[in-house]
Amino acid sequence: MKLKENEKLDIEYILNDLKNYKPKRKGWTWRKDTGSRKVGEFEYNEVSDNLDKSIPLPASKSFEYIDPQPDCVITTEIASGRFEDDIRRMRMAAWGGADHIMVIRTAGQSHFDGLIEGTPEGVGGVPISRKEVRATRKALDIIEEEVGRPINFHSYVSGIAGPEIAVMFAEEGVNGAHQDPQYNVLYRNINMVRSFVDAAVAKKIMAYGDMLQIDGAHNANATATKAWKVMPELMVQHGINAAFSRRVGMKAEDIALSTVPPTAPPAPCIRMDLPYAVALRELFKDYKMRAQMNTKYMESDMREATVTHTLNILISRLTSVDIQSTITPDEGRNIPWHYNNINAINTAKQALLGLDGIKDMVEIKRDGVLGDKVRELKERAVLFLEEIIEVGGYFNAVEQGFFVDSGFYPERNGDGIARDINGGVEANSVYKRDEDYFAPVCEHFGYNNIPKDVKRPCDVIGGCTLCNREKIVYIDELDGNDNVSKRLEQSKKYRKGDFLKPEVEWAGDGIISTTIFLPISEDIAESAAIEIGKKLGLLDVSIIHKQVMQNAEGTLVEIKGKVPFSIDVSKLHIPEKIKTLSDEEIKKEIHDTPMSIVAATVGEDEHSVGLREIIDIKHGGIEKYGIKCHSLGTSCPLEDLIDAAIEADADAILISTIITHNDVHIKNMKYLNDLCIERGIREKIILVAGGTQVSNEIAIESGLDAGFGRGTKGCDVASFLVMRRREMRETLEKSKNRD
Amino acid sequence: MKREDDFEVRRMHLADLSEEQLENRFWELCYKIVDPLVELSKYNTSPSIERSVLLRMGFSSIESKKIVDKVVGMNLLGKGAGNVVYRLSNERNIDIHDAGCLIINEDLESEIKSLFNGGEIHEA
Repeated sequence: MKLKENEKLDIEYILNDLKNYKPKRKGWTWRKDTGSRKVGEFEYNEVSDNLDKSIPLPASKSFEYIDPQPDCVITTEIASGRFEDDIRRMRMAAWGGADHIMVIRTAGQSHFDGLIEGTPEGVGGVPISRKEVRATRKALDIIEEEVGRPINFHSYVSGIAGPEIAVMFAEEGVNGAHQDPQYNVLYRNINMVRSFVDAAVAKKIMAYGDMLQIDGAHNANATATKAWKVMPELMVQHGINAAFSRRVGMKAEDIALSTVPPTAPPAPCIRMDLPYAVALRELFKDYKMRAQMNTKYMESDMREATVTHTLNILISRLTSVDIQSTITPDEGRNIPWHYNNINAINTAKQALLGLDGIKDMVEIKRDGVLGDKVRELKERAVLFLEEIIEVGGYFNAVEQGFFVDSGFYPERNGDGIARDINGGVEANSVYKRDEDYFAPVCEHFGYNNIPKDVKRPCDVIGGCTLCNREKIVYIDELDGNDNVSKRLEQSKKYRKGDFLKPEVEWAGDGIISTTIFLPISEDIAESAAIEIGKKLGLLDVSIIHKQVMQNAEGTLVEIKGKVPFSIDVSKLHIPEKIKTLSDEEIKKEIHDTPMSIVAATVGEDEHSVGLREIIDIKHGGIEKYGIKCHSLGTSCPLEDLIDAAIEADADAILISTIITHNDVHIKNMKYLNDLCIERGIREKIILVAGGTQVSNEIAIESGLDAGFGRGTKGCDVASFLVMRRREMRETLEKSKNRD
Repeated sequence: MKREDDFEVRRMHLADLSEEQLENRFWELCYKIVDPLVELSKYNTSPSIERSVLLRMGFSSIESKKIVDKVVGMNLLGKGAGNVVYRLSNERNIDIHDAGCLIINEDLESEIKSLFNGGEIHEA
């Protein structure tokens, strides 16, 4: 199936005949042709292949709409609980520049004893089942063809069903996964012996699937009260998982460290995070760096999150990054919303591009204070490892609460997470392999008493699923009510019909948010904002962010709520798109009948970028068609503009008006029309206004011939000028003939 | 355990190591810690591992779970759940999938144990 950019992804098509779907490929893919290249008029040093289809950064408008792609993989985490809605978000993310889609699992899956089947709805994530994985991979296979870059699909191989999930992922073409037994032990309270024994088997299968492994060390950042104090331990956790993975057969280049700059402003974060980042990259030079953004100190202020995340990217660019993960700026408010995934991807892309090649000009002072810190961190990590051995090894260290202690090791505060070797979920659930233990399958880790005369262990059973995928058993659904088909039935009218509802997560969820400033104290503002939401007709109103500007003077509140209606698209009045002429036609007309215009920003308005873009030949403006442009600069009085137009015998006056305070833009438009009438030139001259808040409707209501808002290009204006002049001449001819 | 930061005292023996020596020490210690865990993993199995074997043999997740539960009940998981299915299929000359279904649906403990010397255990 080939996607058309103006058509929605067909979820029903994705779900159809999944039983027979085979993933296109297996294994992780890095970005191609990384290094230097020219994009538009700029030389970049740290970019990769351009995409065939993408949405560039908003400012690209002033840069010929270029959309350079950084050299590192960019991750976005998508998991609303309904994969069928997530798939659409994945397409948006791919267009935004993400090529690593990480799907968070539903709450409780870690403790689920086996594979989940079917498509039940998740909580805080998606139940990762074969059907869900296959459908998502199928959708991503289509989306990656549309954007022109492979997309890595990723989830979790942890919990008490790690080996089974690893097998299912290898069979279904999943490209990467989190796998770290320490995560099970510390954060899921799964028995430590079981966690390591399972992990060895799971990792071996992941290695067979060429999956990229990401560890779980970053969770210590998120758990410790003072995240910067666990830096020595983070290195220890990375080291243990990396060494264990190598021993069971993973290649170093398939192992990525999940690392997060631990600190955030108001702490002097770069000074603290940079030595840590350097130490890590030196110690783990053979491994990949998955740089995650900080979540620990992010609350509901999206602006604050974005600034911290940008500083995180500075660390990535000053050191190195193979995968830049992104955290949505709304993570502190709610389960991420569609557009915040895109915002986070854009934060990464914007900052990575902005910092492109910085290391050619700026160098880390390795010796001196940074070097001292790097050395200290490495020594503290080594001391940590020494003490693990001293107390009798890893399990004993965990029992004694070595990990996630809030002390800066070797300092200890006695608040670490301690686990009992005989405790936790699935305690005492490992079994010694017997002398005649046999697993008649491929890629099985550990002791296996394979009969002497067979080549592959699975030969005795006529092949395993890894050798013959026909043997894979696909289960469609187990629950007649809690499944994707039922949910799709309910959302159908919002997905396929004429009924349109706002949406942040799920088709037809109806959620919108509103920003309100109230000139009052926090407590009152909170209640008032809820009341405002209710009076606006919203349902389930709740506060998602509040911020005191000054205790008495005011509070910013953001609310969300559901709209109780939908819009019938078939009844909407959609303004007609402005017709444009071809470049050749415009050029010929201007050549045959020259045209001149006068232009300026009017009133007290110094914003000239928009106008320049419409006029300048450099930006593809109207000059390129041969239209003679007299620019009177900025803040030009309307009277002067009209004088200049009369003097130049201009065909048109173009005004740009950005400032909208007290409707000054509308007043300017009306006054221009009035003045032209007064001076007796209105019938002979075309009046055009432009600006971010200008629309054709407003301009015409104000007496002008046309108005142009955001996104207007030179060809739109030139086409209009040519067509309007034709009309005016025809009208003039007719009236002459009548006379 | 509570302890003041005694880094300056503890680090004395590391102070003279070069950067490379320090990094090598880091990795030597990491491997020293994980090697016993790797050995432990080589010679042990678990219900999830055995379910992963059965999945690879072509059983569904539901069947795999039921077979493993039965094999655990017979105290034969150390032989390998896949192995139990394999030997039963050989013994009865039936295909692997049918053998798995028999284990799920019938009580074959004594027959299966007889295929493994009565379930005697000789650790690998």
